Amino acid sequence: MEMDLLQRFEAYVASEKKIEPKDWMPDAYRKTLIRQISQHAHSEIVGMLPEGNWISRAPSLKRKAILMAKVQDEAGHGLYLYSACETLGVQRDDTIADLHSGKAKYSSIFNYPTLTWADIGAVGWLVDGAAIMNQVPLCKCSYGPYARAMVRVCKEESFHQRQGFQIMMTLAQGTEEQKAMAQDALNRWWWPSIMMFGPPDDNSPNSAQSMAWNIKRFSNDELRQKFIDLTVPQAELIGLTIPDADLKWNEETGHYEHGPIDWDEFNRVIAGHGPCNKERLDARNKAWDDGAWVREAAGAHAEKRAARKAAANTAAA
Amino acid sequence: MNTRFEYLLRLGDDALILGQQLGLWTGHGPVLEEDIALTNIGLDQIGQARAWLSLAGKAENQGRDEDRLAFHRNQEGFRNALLCERPNGHFGDTIVRQFLFDAYAVPLHAALAQSNDAEIAAIALKSAKESAYHLRHSRAWLVRLGDGTEESHEKVQASLDLMLPFAGDLFFSDEVTTAATDEGWGPDPSDLRADWEAILSDTLSEAQLRRPDAVPEQIGGRQGRHTEQLSFLLAEMQVLPRTYPDAKW
Ligand SMILES: [Fe+2]
Ligand SMILES: [Fe+2]
Repeated sequence: MEMDLLQRFEAYVASEKKIEPKDWMPDAYRKTLIRQISQHAHSEIVGMLPEGNWISRAPSLKRKAILMAKVQDEAGHGLYLYSACETLGVQRDDTIADLHSGKAKYSSIFNYPTLTWADIGAVGWLVDGAAIMNQVPLCKCSYGPYARAMVRVCKEESFHQRQGFQIMMTLAQGTEEQKAMAQDALNRWWWPSIMMFGPPDDNSPNSAQSMAWNIKRFSNDELRQKFIDLTVPQAELIGLTIPDADLKWNEETGHYEHGPIDWDEFNRVIAGHGPCNKERLDARNKAWDDGAWVREAAGAHAEKRAARKAAANTAAA
Repeated sequence: MNTRFEYLLRLGDDALILGQQLGLWTGHGPVLEEDIALTNIGLDQIGQARAWLSLAGKAENQGRDEDRLAFHRNQEGFRNALLCERPNGHFGDTIVRQFLFDAYAVPLHAALAQSNDAEIAAIALKSAKESAYHLRHSRAWLVRLGDGTEESHEKVQASLDLMLPFAGDLFFSDEVTTAATDEGWGPDPSDLRADWEAILSDTLSEAQLRRPDAVPEQIGGRQGRHTEQLSFLLAEMQVLPRTYPDAKW
C-alpha cells in the first residue's frame, strides 16, 4: 500500500505535476521541504538586518526609499514562505522559535557586516543575484505552494539585483573615494556570495534526493558556475576587479575558472563563528521579546471584542 | 520672508523626520506584518517629503533640490513640529506619535487638496489617500493596545501622557500660515484643531484611554527651536552627503 503510494508519487513528480498540500507525500519529502522553506524564510528575515542597517544613512531620499522598499519586500518574502511552510503542517510561531533558539539555520551570508554604503550595492548585486540563481529553478519545484511563492519572489529579486548593480555602477563612476568603497565592498562580498550556492557537489549530502524529487534542478557547482559567468562581465563593465587572482576565461569550456574557495571559512560561519552571527540572532530575539506585550495585547483585544459581540448578539436574541 | 517656501518646508520636514524614524523599525517590529506596515508608512512619509521639499526648493528658487534640503541644512533650519522628532521609544510610543500626527494629517491633506495651487493640490490628493490608511492603522493599534491587557493599557497611556504636550506644535500659527490662507494655497493649521480633537476623543474613548490633564504645550519646531533628539537624528541621516560633499549617489 505504502509502496504503491510512493511509486505513484514519484511518477507524478517525474511527470512535472505539482504536489499540493492535501496530496499524499512521503515523510522525508515533507521534512526536506519544511527544512528548506523555513531556512529560506529565516534567511529573508535575518537578511533584513544587514540592509536595514543603512536605511537611516542612505545618501539620498531616493536611495532611502528604494532601500526601504527592498527591505520591505524581503519581509514579504518571509511571510509568503512562512505561509508555504504552514501548508506542510508547521505553525509560523514554532518555526520562528526554532530560529530564535539557534536550532534552525539561515543563509550564512547574512552573518557578514555591512560596513559602508557600497555594501548595500554589493548585497543587492551579488547576494540577491545569487539568490535569483538559486530560486529561479525553484519556480518549477514539485511542491505547488513553494513554486508559486518563488514566482512572486523572483520577480522582486531581479529588481533588487538591478538596483544593487545600479548603486555599484554609480559608485564606480564616482569620486576616487566612492570607487575605493565599491571595490572594497566587492572584495569582501565576492567569496561569501559564491559560497551561497553551498558545498561542492562531491560534498553535498542532500542534493541527489532533492534532484529526484524535483525540488532541486541544478547542482550547487552548476549554479555557482552560472553565477560567476554572469557576474564577472558585469564587474568588468563597471571597472571593478573580482578579488580572485586565479580567475580566468576558458575558451574551450566557455566558462570562467575560479580559484579555490575557503570552505573552512564557510564551515566556521555556519557553525556560528562569523563576524555577526550573535548580533543577528540577538537582534531577532530582541525584536521578538520586546514585541511580546504588543502581541499579547492584540490577542487580548481580539478576544474581548469577540466576547462583546457575542454578548450583544445574545442580548438582541 | 518667503512664506510659501517656509510653509512647504514645514510640510516636508514633518514627513521627512517621521519617515526617517519609522525606517528604524524595519526588521525590528513586534510581528512581521508590522515590520511591513511601519516600513510602508515610513515609505509614504519619505515619498511625501520628497514631493514637498522639491516644491519648497522651487518656491525658494535658489537651486536647492530635495536632497540639498534634506541633507545640507542644520538643525535650526528644520521646520518640523516637535512631535515628529520624539524618539521611537517602544512600539506604543511610536503608535501614539503616529496617531497624533495622522489625526492632523487627514484634515490637513483634505484642506490642502482644495488649494488654489495645482501643484500643492496634486501632492495633497495623493497624500490624503496615504494618510487615511495611516490613520486607520495607528487608530486600530491604539485601540488594541488601550483595550488589550493591563500592561499594554498602562504602557500606551504613559505614551499618550508623554507625547501629547508636543502635539500642539502641529497647530502653530504665524505670518506664514496667515499668508497661506490669505493667498488661498493652504489652510492655517489652527483651523484643523477641532477636527483633530474630534478624532482624538472618539479614539480615546474606544481605546478606553484617559485624556491627560491639560499641561503647557511645547512649541518651537516651526521656528527652528528643537529638542535634544533632532541633532542626533540629523547626524545619522546626513552622515554620507556631509562626509563626501562632492559625491553623487
Ligand atoms: Fe528576498
Ligand atoms: Fe531581495
